[in-house]
Amino acid sequence: MFNFAEMFQYSFMLRALIGGILISLCAALLGVSLVLKRYSMIGDGLSHVGFGALAIGSAANFSPLEFSIPIVILSAFFLLRISENSKIKGDAAIALISTSALAIGITAASLSGVNTDIDNYLFGSILSLSRSDLVICIIVFIVVMILFILFYNKIFAVTFDESFAKANGTRVGIYNMLIALLTALTIVIGMKLMGTLLISSLIIFPAIISMRICRRFKTVIIMSSIVSVVGFFAGLVISYNRSTPAGASVVLVNLAMLIVFYVIGTVSDKIKAKKFLKQ
Amino acid sequence: MEPLLSCENVSFSYENTAVIKNLSFHVNSGDYLCIVGENGSGKSTLTKGLLGLKAPAEGKIIRGSDLHGNEIGYLPQQNPAQKDFPASVFEVVLSGRLNSRRFRPFYSKEDKKIARENLKKLGIEDLIKRSYRDLSGGQQQRVLLARALCAGSKLLFLDEPVTGLDPIVTEEMYKLILELNRKEKITIIMVSHDIKASVLYATHILHLNFDKSFFGRTEDYIKSPMGKYFFSE
Repeated sequence: MFNFAEMFQYSFMLRALIGGILISLCAALLGVSLVLKRYSMIGDGLSHVGFGALAIGSAANFSPLEFSIPIVILSAFFLLRISENSKIKGDAAIALISTSALAIGITAASLSGVNTDIDNYLFGSILSLSRSDLVICIIVFIVVMILFILFYNKIFAVTFDESFAKANGTRVGIYNMLIALLTALTIVIGMKLMGTLLISSLIIFPAIISMRICRRFKTVIIMSSIVSVVGFFAGLVISYNRSTPAGASVVLVNLAMLIVFYVIGTVSDKIKAKKFLKQ
Repeated sequence: MEPLLSCENVSFSYENTAVIKNLSFHVNSGDYLCIVGENGSGKSTLTKGLLGLKAPAEGKIIRGSDLHGNEIGYLPQQNPAQKDFPASVFEVVLSGRLNSRRFRPFYSKEDKKIARENLKKLGIEDLIKRSYRDLSGGQQQRVLLARALCAGSKLLFLDEPVTGLDPIVTEEMYKLILELNRKEKITIIMVSHDIKASVLYATHILHLNFDKSFFGRTEDYIKSPMGKYFFSE
């Protein structure tokens, strides 16, 4: 049997575990709303902008996180605007921004000399989470949790039906911005662990997986929190055990769960349909 | 009697083009008003104006003193993303109580009671635990109607409520709305492109046509040149 105690005697593993679980939970909560509002691509766009900002930040010797957080938050508002504005095609605009940010980042990195950090930012590294990063993780987690619980009913209403919420005096724009802001924070911090190219999986997978079998909003939220924690933990253990990249292992565990949940969902739908026909 | 809602010489523009010019009408308590008009005649712009989401370029929209701020039960047009939304019927209907919440983050027992009562009023209390995405189109519309009643029970504002429903369910929906108007004395404003059904059920018609809009009682509409044009065949 695999020895957990040995795995977590390394302080970097413990930091990766705690930080990863907190970020996964944030991503799962926000992800349900983003996926249902058809905003999943915003998460992907933001992670690329985050990469560009991190690369420029480290090339210019700024503190990478403190430099990229405000930039990603600004882009989050911008991307949200684009998606709300029906005149510009949102998905195309996000793809333009993603690839441009990636290109700027890579160019900045190569001009400043080859930087090993870049590889870590693209694919993530469990070694990269410093003690101060962990503190930021914990703060972001607490903020996301409090705001999510406090505004749970508003977030539901805005996610389900913006026009109705607006007509009833809910300031929809503020809640959309709140979700975008929290998503931006979660992504910038999660990028270090999961990598630019894989961080949006934390947002999308748990939501899609839980929606396959859960039929109520509350159970979808709870189930995707569970799925995200299980996925991250299992991914990290596999990564340690088999020396596979951590981010990729987490995504593969999520993919496996997605397949299992789809099979379960399909079978239970068929059983229900049969029962219905017998009645 | 003070009107529940009135428009005085209202003009609206959309993307810098005037769509509605110098429009005046009023809705009294207990009325059933249908707003009809061709595509682009400004139905959705007027809808936004009446809901207080868009200020008119000219003129005034006045809400009666017994119609408080957000006390309008609104049934928006269905959006396609909503059809497979994972939420229980109760969660959806309860979200209609959001405007009464103000700064309190959670729903009270009273809110839940009102939600249950409105489900009962529309004859769908047995759907309470079902998932919204498993319901038929007609059932989904009833659920959204219950949610609208939770938001406000004096005035219901319905934006093309029968779009996408089959003829039988459409008929049922119209009857249900008529019942709410007659029995519960709820004032109805319905945006519709179904002129025939509008004339059948509504007490008043507003036919939007730039600066030559018609507003009046249904029987006068049928005799008007505009009404005659539609009913001559």
